[in-house]
Amino acid sequence: MVQEIMHPLSKYLREAMIPHIWCTGCGNGIILNCFVHAVDELEMDLDKLVVVSGIGCIGRSAGYTNADSFHTTHGRALAFATGVKLANPELNVVVISGDGDLFAIGGNHFIHAARRNMGIKVICANNFNYGMTGGQQGPTTPLEASTTTTPYGNIEHPFNLVHLAAASGATYVARWTTLHVRRLTQSIKRMLQKEGFCFIEVVSPCPEIFGRRNKMRTGLEMMDWFKRASVVENFSDPSKAEITPEKLVVGEFVNIEKVSYEKFLHEKISQINERKVGW
Amino acid sequence: MAKKEALLTGTHFMNGDIACAEGAIAAGCSFFAGYPITPATEIAEHLSERMPEIGRIYIQMEDEIASIAAVIGASYAGLKAMTATSGPGFSLMQENIGLAVMTETPCVIVDIMRGGPSTGQPTMPGQQDVMQARWGSHGDYEIIALAPSSVQEMFDLTVEAFNLAETYRVPTLLLADEIVAHMWEKVVIPSAEKIRIVNRKKPNVSPEKYMPFMPDYDLVPPMACFGEGYRFHATGLTHDEYGYPKTSSSEVQERLVKRLCDKIRRNTDKIIRVEEIMLDDADIVVIAYGIVARAALSAVKKAREKGIKAGLLRTITLWPFPQNQIAKIEEHAKKIIVPEMNCGQMVREVERAAKSTLVVFLSKLGEEPHTPMEIFEAIRRNC
Ligand SMILES: Cc1ncc(C[n+]2csc(CCOP(=O)(O)OP(=O)(O)O)c2C)c(N)n1
Ligand code: SF4
Ligand SMILES: [Mg+2]
Repeated sequence: MVQEIMHPLSKYLREAMIPHIWCTGCGNGIILNCFVHAVDELEMDLDKLVVVSGIGCIGRSAGYTNADSFHTTHGRALAFATGVKLANPELNVVVISGDGDLFAIGGNHFIHAARRNMGIKVICANNFNYGMTGGQQGPTTPLEASTTTTPYGNIEHPFNLVHLAAASGATYVARWTTLHVRRLTQSIKRMLQKEGFCFIEVVSPCPEIFGRRNKMRTGLEMMDWFKRASVVENFSDPSKAEITPEKLVVGEFVNIEKVSYEKFLHEKISQINERKVGW
Repeated sequence: MAKKEALLTGTHFMNGDIACAEGAIAAGCSFFAGYPITPATEIAEHLSERMPEIGRIYIQMEDEIASIAAVIGASYAGLKAMTATSGPGFSLMQENIGLAVMTETPCVIVDIMRGGPSTGQPTMPGQQDVMQARWGSHGDYEIIALAPSSVQEMFDLTVEAFNLAETYRVPTLLLADEIVAHMWEKVVIPSAEKIRIVNRKKPNVSPEKYMPFMPDYDLVPPMACFGEGYRFHATGLTHDEYGYPKTSSSEVQERLVKRLCDKIRRNTDKIIRVEEIMLDDADIVVIAYGIVARAALSAVKKAREKGIKAGLLRTITLWPFPQNQIAKIEEHAKKIIVPEMNCGQMVREVERAAKSTLVVFLSKLGEEPHTPMEIFEAIRRNC
């Protein structure tokens, strides 16, 4: 009798949605892999996990995860997730989305969700461009990089996402690349156990478009850059966490405790009611 | 713990915005997300006080795009949810109203209409969002919109909007004008047994068998919510009955989009509400909604006193449009008069439905709605 052997992590994936849409050498699969490993190691209840994403290549992650999941409009994952988390604070709400989705069209939602300290865990695949629409310039595209809309080199200064997240009030902020599989998985585990707004940036190869136009034709060549340039500088100043061809600063930058919005709100609600008793 | 009463059964004196907020509470709304904008702000202010004291959720978001997105999220997490805005915010919401249509999210969106376009006249009334309500988001869809004419109806129709949203899994709009929202009138809030409350259908199959977008005979799929163990996926992309994206199948696109339209179109008889006053023998019929319908009623009564056979059709439901009711008028009416606080929006639908009856349009913009005298004069001129 032939026995079918299942991958030990296949229960975390919605197999009917696979094969996935991602290109060979894309980093998105690594990110999803690290995420489900973290969920597995924490033995999280899949029935209480909600994965939300916006639009983009990485935005398909929600659909690939075998939990409750929602694929929102472009940029709105965090606002949607805010409604979910407040409606049912027992749920573990994770947003997995792209640099364009979270920081261009959705940038306003990002800073406000972080400011409120909404209990949402965010993983951002930063591939330095808009992969899904064919590789246009985005809010993290490095200066002088070539994209389909910056044929003469990018003249816009990119966001430093970890600095932005820290300044906006996130309680946990880290940056890794898809080369740092073990550390990224540990980092996701740490974040999933925290209370407030948490953010992990994952620098991820998009060889098909960004790499091709910037002298890194394959996923491997992009990983070579990560290997050559990465320096772990845990708890260094995130404002100095540069990403350049020579140096790519990774690590955990913030890990603090702060009461989450939903906890604050529910404390308020019980205080209001207690006060009413005496009246 | 002594919780404050959710339902304020009794007779009150309140404004339309507050009545709407209390209607939402009565309907079981447990989540409100909004962004301040005149003339809808009082809804948010009132709910910021009321929702926490009855253990429900109020949040002010960073903009209207976020507000409607949070409402959709809360609805998928199992709560009845609402947002409230005015023209500029309503425009910002349009993309996600389409998401709510596509993902069949029960939710209520209140639009208190002020004068537009753009920032326009924030404190002045208007009826200029009627077509935006119908066609504001891209793609083909059907939506439900109700137009209250009194403060009591701000309460009653908000409850009704939730019931319709939950029945058909469709975003339902309360399209009120600034006057109805800001005027103060008597409101009777009934006791709980007297208020009809509808809750969304839940699946009665096991999670393994659950197909989140497989409709029942009424074309509406039962709705599981996050955290209930169904582990389902929803997307704004065209999707099959499992909720999985099918972006290149013409067949799935046709099946899905037609069903989204048909679940409303095939139920128009159940959805549509109009008020018919002295219509049976009317030669001349005024068709109006919102605050304008009240002036129209006075005008019609005055015309009757003068021996003119006038009648009023008040469209409580604006969308889906009550075209059968208008076709019925066409059998006896010689003329139809449509007063609106815009440059001609619902009148286009009336013309389409009335076919051969002559339709006279009365436009008015700015601070004042039509006076009864202005509408009466139009009746007299046209009889
Ligand atoms: C309102 C809106 N504008 C534009 C688009 C087109 N669009 C789809 S994905 C995308 C960019 C995605 O970039 P990113 O978030 O970085 O994800 P990636 O594809 O790189 O993983 C854009 C602009 C859209 N879907 N909706
Ligand atoms: S375009 Fe880039 S980001 Fe998108 S799947 Fe291909 S490699 Fe990945
Ligand atoms: Mg990107």
